[in-house]
Amino acid sequence: MIPIDYFVGLSVLMFVVGIAGVLLRRNALVVFMSLELILNAANLLFVAFAAYYELLAGQLFVFFVMTVAAAEVAVGLALIVEIFRAKKSIDVDQMSSMKG
Amino acid sequence: MENNLLFSLAPWAVLLPVFGLLLNLVFGKRLGEKGIGLIASLATGLAFLVSVLLAIALSRHPEATVVPLADWITVGQLNLAWAFRVDTLSVTMMLAVTGVGTLIHVYATGYMHKDVRHQGDPGSYRRFFVYFNLFIVAMLLLVSANNYLMLFVGWEGVGLCSYLLIGFWFNKGAEGIGNARAAKKAFVVNRIGDFGLLIAIFLLFWNFGTLEFDGIFAAAAKAAPALVLVITLFMLLGVTGKSAQLPLYVWLPDAMAGPTPVSALIHAATMVTAGVYLIARSSPLYIQVPAAQMTVAWVGALTALFAATIAVGQYDIKKVLAYSTISQLGFMVAAVGMGAYVAGMFHLVTHAFFKALLFLAAGSVIMGMEHGEEQSAHGRAPGDAHSLDPQDMRNMGGLQGRMRTTFWVYLAGALALSGIAPLSGFFSKDEILAAAFRNMPVLFILLLAAAFLTAFYMGRQIFMVFFGKARSAAAEQAHESPPVITVPLIILAVLSVVGGALNLPGVHSLGHWLEGSLAHTPTVEFIAGVALLSLAVALAGLFLAWMVYGQRRMPFKDTDPLARSLGGLFTAVYNKWWVDELYQAVILRPYQQLSDLLARTVDMGWIDGTVNGLGSAARSFAGQLRRLENGYVRSYALTIFLGVVAIMAYLFFR
Repeated sequence: MIPIDYFVGLSVLMFVVGIAGVLLRRNALVVFMSLELILNAANLLFVAFAAYYELLAGQLFVFFVMTVAAAEVAVGLALIVEIFRAKKSIDVDQMSSMKG
Repeated sequence: MENNLLFSLAPWAVLLPVFGLLLNLVFGKRLGEKGIGLIASLATGLAFLVSVLLAIALSRHPEATVVPLADWITVGQLNLAWAFRVDTLSVTMMLAVTGVGTLIHVYATGYMHKDVRHQGDPGSYRRFFVYFNLFIVAMLLLVSANNYLMLFVGWEGVGLCSYLLIGFWFNKGAEGIGNARAAKKAFVVNRIGDFGLLIAIFLLFWNFGTLEFDGIFAAAAKAAPALVLVITLFMLLGVTGKSAQLPLYVWLPDAMAGPTPVSALIHAATMVTAGVYLIARSSPLYIQVPAAQMTVAWVGALTALFAATIAVGQYDIKKVLAYSTISQLGFMVAAVGMGAYVAGMFHLVTHAFFKALLFLAAGSVIMGMEHGEEQSAHGRAPGDAHSLDPQDMRNMGGLQGRMRTTFWVYLAGALALSGIAPLSGFFSKDEILAAAFRNMPVLFILLLAAAFLTAFYMGRQIFMVFFGKARSAAAEQAHESPPVITVPLIILAVLSVVGGALNLPGVHSLGHWLEGSLAHTPTVEFIAGVALLSLAVALAGLFLAWMVYGQRRMPFKDTDPLARSLGGLFTAVYNKWWVDELYQAVILRPYQQLSDLLARTVDMGWIDGTVNGLGSAARSFAGQLRRLENGYVRSYALTIFLGVVAIMAYLFFR
């Protein structure tokens, strides 16, 4: 049995990498991937604690998260494709025409 | 039963002119001048018919009848209705307003036909008659109201019509805005008076909880005298505004800027008598406080004498009549102040006849002069700058031969106004003088002096206008006006001559008629000595006028013979005792300086400064905030992230 601390440590690592990717990278696709990383860090914690406490609720919740993530990716990718068509770039810093 | 039917006609007196003005407003353009004049005159004539029917009903059933038309304001205890009060007082006013009004409408169809062409704007014909009918509507509302608020609606309505009609040729007059300025002056001065009336109405409602006449008079009988005194004095302020008494009379002479039928109808016969009517209507209040009555009487008598002195020194034919109107209104106000309500109302009615007649006849003279001017100026471009004032009596003279009808009716009006027996003015003025002789001998002397001056300035006018030699080419070429002008004049002349029969001494038919609404007023008994004295004074005035102006022919453009003998005094009356200048210096200029100061420092400095300061502060703050919205998604994400961290930290470490 792998101790729960390892799962928590890995999850924190994934979360930090994800946050850093969202905040630091400019490529929209990479930002997206980093977002998935954040979500999966949370998923990992869900299943780990679900197994630890022998409760099904956490595992159930992961499926919800995965479904929402899939829907989000579908919408997000569609947006990125449209933005690329309009701007010939998927650099998020280029999309600043809404600034005040 | 039949009487009830007749009484229920009362609202139609107001509604018919409303229909008249609506018809003219909507279809006037298509109807043409004939149709417009016909509708307007017919509407007023039918209102007169309704008034006559009401009078017939009242003669059988003299008690006041209230004819409700519609609810107006119903809030809690307050219940105000559009209700018409039909009693002998209101019907007397309605008869005078619609009767004289109809004649003036007929006259105006002819006069305005010429005037709109003379002024070069024929399209205004319809506008004139719409205003004219609107005036009749407002005036009838005023006199037939059953509560003070409805009366106030009429009161303001006639003020509005007065404003609209004084400024009828609003782009004419001195510097192109003279008429507009006169209209504005009338409106503003009246506003001061209306403020007084409004305060009086507020006080009435505040203390008695109602605005209906009967309720107020019943409640006021038990009220504190001081309260009634305050109310009546504020009401007097309203009267001095509307009826052109001291110190608010200054608007009426300027109001002559309006077309002549307007001067006759509004500024002589009807609207300006509204103040007299108001006091007569509120007589149960005034009778309770002798101090208020005395103030009213003094104001009236002083106005009568003061205005009469000014009338002596005027050259404009309409200005003389305007000051004469102020003076005669002073007589009426003095009468109602002394409690001689019947005498006041009597003089109101006869004055409506002969002053309307005089104004309309003056209009006929002016038209004749304008015609003569156009004839003699043949060859000059039409609409050329008028070298000659057609209203200046110095340019007239000798018109009796060329305008015979106008001359005779003018003479009838002038003699009636001067108080020559047995014309109407003699009886009504004598009744006022007799009342003054009984009650307040000092006022009797003032009024007698005013009566003397009245006869003098009317004689002066007659001799300057109609006798002697023509003093201008225009006067030589003047000719008589068409029948549409002269027929109303003849009717009014007949009324002016026989109007005294309304209330002959000893018979007192008007007095008995008004008993139904003014039961508490004693009849003024005829005093032979006073009558002879007033007649003698009137004849002396006319004789003196003949001595000065008739005996020796006034040469062309001569200075007034009176100016030579009176010197500085004449200059003073010619300049109207400098009252306008006094008001200008004492009230107007400081007021303008104060408003200028307030406008510049308080309004533009403080208030605008505060508001603008708040606005620019918000703008600059928003300008700083704007920088946060830099459009970079990553910085938004960072903000959200930091926010989450902050919240988490708070939840952790609190």
